[in-house]
Order: sequence, then structure tokens, then C-alpha cells
Amino acid sequence: MKSLKVLVGDKMPIYFQSKDIVLPGDLLAEGDYKAGTGTFKEDSKIYSAVIGLFEIRGKILRVISLEGTYIPRPNDVVIGKIVDVSATNWKVEIRAPYLANLPAANYFDKPIDPLKSDIRRYLNVGDIIVAKVVSFNRAQDPLLTTKERGLGKLRGGRIIEMSPTKIPRLIGRKGSMVNMIKEETGCRITVGQNGRVWVSCKTPEYEELIEKVIRKIELEAHTSGLTDRVRELIRKEKERLKK
Amino acid sequence: MQKIHKIASEIEKDSIISLAEKGKRLDGRGLEDFREVTIEAGVIEKAEGSAYVTLGDTKIMAGVKLEIGEPFPDTPDKGVFTVNAEFVPLASPVFEPGPPDEDAIELARVIDRGIRESEAIDLEKLCIIPGEKVWIAFIDIYILDHAGNLFDASTLGSITALLNTKMPEVKVENGEVKILDKLVSFPIRKIPVSVTFAKINDKLVVDPCIEEEHVMNARLTITMDENDNIVAMQKGGAGTLKTEDIYKAIEIAKVKTKELREKIPRGVSNG
Amino acid sequence: MKFIKHEIPQKLITEDGLRTDGRRFHELRPIKLEVGILKRADGSAYIEQGRNKIMVAVYGPRELHPRHLALPDKALLRCFYRMASFSVEDRKSPAPSRREIELSKVIREALEPAIFLERFPKTAIDVFIEVLQADGGTRCASITSAALALADAGIPMRDLVSAVAVGKVDGHIVLDINDLEDKYGEGDMPTAMMPRKKEVTLIQLDGQWSIEEFKQGFELALKGCEQIYQLQREALKKRYIEIREQAAKEMGENAENT
Repeated sequence: MKSLKVLVGDKMPIYFQSKDIVLPGDLLAEGDYKAGTGTFKEDSKIYSAVIGLFEIRGKILRVISLEGTYIPRPNDVVIGKIVDVSATNWKVEIRAPYLANLPAANYFDKPIDPLKSDIRRYLNVGDIIVAKVVSFNRAQDPLLTTKERGLGKLRGGRIIEMSPTKIPRLIGRKGSMVNMIKEETGCRITVGQNGRVWVSCKTPEYEELIEKVIRKIELEAHTSGLTDRVRELIRKEKERLKK
Repeated sequence: MQKIHKIASEIEKDSIISLAEKGKRLDGRGLEDFREVTIEAGVIEKAEGSAYVTLGDTKIMAGVKLEIGEPFPDTPDKGVFTVNAEFVPLASPVFEPGPPDEDAIELARVIDRGIRESEAIDLEKLCIIPGEKVWIAFIDIYILDHAGNLFDASTLGSITALLNTKMPEVKVENGEVKILDKLVSFPIRKIPVSVTFAKINDKLVVDPCIEEEHVMNARLTITMDENDNIVAMQKGGAGTLKTEDIYKAIEIAKVKTKELREKIPRGVSNG
Repeated sequence: MKFIKHEIPQKLITEDGLRTDGRRFHELRPIKLEVGILKRADGSAYIEQGRNKIMVAVYGPRELHPRHLALPDKALLRCFYRMASFSVEDRKSPAPSRREIELSKVIREALEPAIFLERFPKTAIDVFIEVLQADGGTRCASITSAALALADAGIPMRDLVSAVAVGKVDGHIVLDINDLEDKYGEGDMPTAMMPRKKEVTLIQLDGQWSIEEFKQGFELALKGCEQIYQLQREALKKRYIEIREQAAKEMGENAENT
């Protein structure tokens, strides 16, 4: 298990190679490394905290988990479902262990009078929104806003869920993957960091195609050359749909 | 508050409805198709009978335990059976620990009705000393993974577990019941099977998955015996059904119950 | 099934040093572990150990209700150990017994040290254990399986937790006692540990043990946990490899189609 001893410098051994499967409690490395996501440090040793793929990024060691709950971070774009409404606030389910708040003031451009207008007319229980996380900390539930371009209520289309840990792969480097999918299919796609993807296409068959693509990315997230294979899949499926 | 899992998003609702209008479903099935069914009998050696059923991603375990007890005063020469369903919180984010809630009790009672009204069990054969000692069968259904249509999975599990149940022969000596070593089959003479429908907008779909259950207006379960007699029926949900829905459902159930009955393993001994 | 008459053996250990199921003193029963068996749960695992059949589901970290139970600085770990009514010879009432409530507590406390609860303040992590068939040593098998379900849910952990019961049977110290040894033996000592640093997270004992016997039993339990730990590692890796193979297969199918 620890036969892959790779020595970096004299006293900074790394015990696994990039893309190795590691388990909670596995000793990853010793010495002056930084414990990234999915890891923890005890004394000067870094261990894996989850089951996943080991990644070495310079001095930062990470483990990309197979599964995991979404934990909100400021500036994340998320796709949420309205689950409750009060006079001046919406409660939004964002697949996190915390319900998020969208105060009316973060939705309307002008202040509204809660006595005169019912905010339910704008967003009601069951509606799906794309929003940005403004803040989140231990003292306060996640706070959302929709007051930016591209944010707000989503209409039509379909919601596809995937593991939040795989979202970076769907987006690709500087958006390369998701942009390629949009170009190849002509579909509108919004990716939420919380593992929800909204797609809207000309026909339901294309929405099914996107779902297929997402499942492929989820399964093959750890492999290289994925963008090309996904493009190939889309082109083949498009041919099939033409027939 | 875990009810937030039951709130269907408007987008999901619209897409399920518009697919149904085109005769399609989320998982690619036709409106009258069941998900894949597997039924395994005799999986729990400590039970007198048992069955593990998967219906798509739905998983249930049914077990039968036997005891000797007293008959009901109005049926002194008949054995007794009870059906109980446990919606254990393992199975769904909306299930909570605690005694059976109204959904679990409804499920158990619909399964009970199918078995009772079809006279599936020959209760007279469970009588040991009339008015004093009879066999009591406890049928317990454990929901392990709730991905929709618990009714049909549970009916299949219960009847398979009963078919699979073994009981000892007994003899009565000087008013005492003596349990013998020889095991015999539990007296089953009918095999009731149910088919459940969800009404989505104005379409009927067979064997609803959990996403469809979240958006359905109403649910209908029809249980039939092998002679096409309807032996139990249950409408659920806040919406309504039309006469033609019910008639159509019966015609579909007639075909589907036969198909499902074929999948029930017979003559498998327990343990 | 209870109507098959079980012979209660005169001796639980034969003259050749074999146990009722043919095992040697230091041998585990056959163990089967599966990870990710349930669709709805965030993490799940299944264990068969001897005739034990136990399913575990993990939900969370998730919103905690009622909210006043929430802890400001960490997640609340909740654990429910329950036995199915048909899991034992005589039907068990589905209502929780005092035994089930105690076991739920000790299992929770055996798992708690391994979990980074402080990373999810105000939330709940729920572990649901359903014993479908009981055959002695259910609490230990539950812990072994629950650790896998937690890892499967992606919950950050310091280590896995591995557990096994040792017993005193006909005067011998034996590993991983079965139902008969549990019922008719002289003592039972369920033990759990985090293997990396050999930290004990569960120890219970009944029967009468000399200090020497205790030490011998405890050492044996730690060795047994180490063996179980290796099985847990294999099961987790297998789950990961299965997903990879599935991906490879789909890639293969795509290649064929073109």
C-alpha cells in the first residue's frame, strides 16, 4: 500500500501518486505541504479525510471526493428551489445542509412595501431560481441575491442533478467543457456550483442528450481527454437524432 | 420540515407533464411499463418466510413470523394474520424514526385487504384447537429504499414471503399442542397481485417512480387474483379520477397482474 | 426459523479445538461488505458477517429539525440501531427496546471520534442501521458497516472505524463470536477502534474475565479489527473501481457504436 514512496527533497515524502484512490485516514505525505480540500493535517503529516482521487498541486495536496454535500461559498452561482415565502423573504433549498435566504431587497431593484404587494406573485414555492451566494458563515445561513445579469427565475427546460464534487469537470478549464456543449447542441445551460444544472433545448430529445453527456462526465471525471470524447458523443447522438 | 423534499419544482412538474402528454417518461419507459422487477424468496433464514423485492430503485424486505395464539371469538376455527409496514428512515430523506404514520398504516391495510379479500390464506388450516389455539402469522414489510410505488413492491413481497413460509406440523395430546419436526407449506390458495397507477394531468402512468409520485394528482392501486377478480382497490392523493380512468386502469391491471404473477418464485424453501 | 430444533451443543468447543461453526479460536466468520447499495441515502453499506445481514444508510450533513437541537459549533450525530421484527427467532416488536436504545448510543459514540463534525455546524448527520437478520455481534458489524456508509456519503473522517466482538467460550478466548457462543458462552467483549492509531472507540464487556483473560481478549480484538479494516478498505476501493469500470465499459460501447 505504501510501496509508491516518492521522495520529494529529503524529508518530504509523498506516499501516493496523483489520481491514486485514497481512503479516509491514509497518510498522504509528510513535511511542509498544505492540506487542501478532502485532507487534514496532524503534526506535520497530511492524511486523506475522504475516499477519492489524490491530487498534487505544487505544495497543495487535495483529495477529490467521489460524493459530498455542497457547502456554500461566497460568489458561488447556485440553482435553488423556493420552499417557503414570508412577507419579505424567500427560503431557498440549495442542496446544502442549510436553507438559504433570499430577502426581497436582494430580488427587487426598488424597495417594495410588504403590506401592499405579495412577493409570492414574483416567486412562489416550487419555483427554480439561479442566484449568487452573497455570504455564508457559521453565524448566518447562506444569503443569496439575484440582482445580477443572468440571475433570477428559470422557466421551462429541465433540471439535472450531479455530484457537486464533479461540477468543476462539467465547467472545464475556463468554461471549455460547458461552452463546447453549448456550441455543439445550441442548448441554453446554466451550471450551479451546488450540483444542479438547468438545460433548455429546442426539443426534449436534446435535453435527454445533455443528461447523457452529464452522466458521462460524472462517470469519467477522473479521465483525461474527456472534452474530445464528450464532443464525439454529442456528434454521434446528433446524427442519431437526425434520422 | 423534511417535507421540502416533497415539494416538486415547477420545472420538474412541467417536464414530467409534457413528457406524459407525448406518451413518454423521465426514465424512458412507456406509460404502461413497469420498471425492472426482481423477487428473491427465502433470504432471511430466521424468518418462517421472507422475500426481497426490487422494483427499479425501490427495495423492500417482507418477512413472516408464526406464533401460536388464540383465535378471535367470532372466528374460533380460523387462524389469524396481520400485516405491518415499517417506513424505516434508512429508506428516504422524508421518513422519520417512530411508530408507523398514516402512510405506513394505509400501505399495510391495502396489502392486508388484498390478501384477506382474495382469501389467499386458507385460515381454517391454521386452526389447531377450535376456540383455543390457532396459528398467528405476522407479515412485516420493511421499506429499505423508497424510489416510488411501495404498494406493488410490498404486495409482491408479502405474497412471496407467504408462499415461501414453512410451518411445523402439530398434534394435540390431552389438550396440549405438540410441535413436530416435520415442516409443511403455509396454506396459500390464491396469489393476489396489485398494479398502481399515478394520474399525471390527464394521463395514467403505471408503476410511478418517486419523481412522478411527487407531481401526481392522484394514485390508484388495483389488486386482482388469478381469476381477474378485483380484491382490493385504493385511491390516494388529493386529486380526482374519472370513470374512464378507473375502467382503463382495470383493463391494464388485468394484463399487468398476470405478468407480475409470473415473476413470483414458487416452491423455494426458506433457509 | 424457530421451529427447526437447534441442538444446543454440550460443548461449544470440540476436543480438536473447533468451534460450533468449524472455526478456529482466532478466525473471523466469512464477511461480505458492499458499499453504495441504496439509491435514496447519501451513503450506504451492507454487511453479512456469518448470518448477520445488516443495512446502513447515512443522511447528511443535512438541515436539523427541530432547530433548537442544533449545535452551534458542530454537526449533531444521530444513530438509530433497529432490529427487523423477523431478524430473530421470536418475533421482535418493531417498537425500540431498551437494548436498541443503548446500542444506538454506544454505536454513535464509537463512530463520533472519527468524524470531522466541526466542519458542519448546526447540521445533522444521521446513521440508520437496520438489522435484517441477527447472528451475534450485530453492534460490531453495524459499526464496521456504518463507517463505510459514512465514507460513501463523502463525510470527512480522520479514519475508518473497525469493530469485532471477542468472547470467552468454554474457557477459551475466541474471536468474532456467533449467536450460539453469545447465548451459551461465558463472556462477550465488543470492541471498536480507529485502526490508524489503534484508538479504542467502543469497549463493552459482560461475563467474568480474569485480568489476564481480558488482556488476551483485548489483544485478540485489536488483531481482529485490523483484519476487518483490510476488508473495509477493499470494499471501499471496489466501489470506486466499479464506478471506473462502468465508465470504461460505456466508453467501450461508444467506441463500438462508431
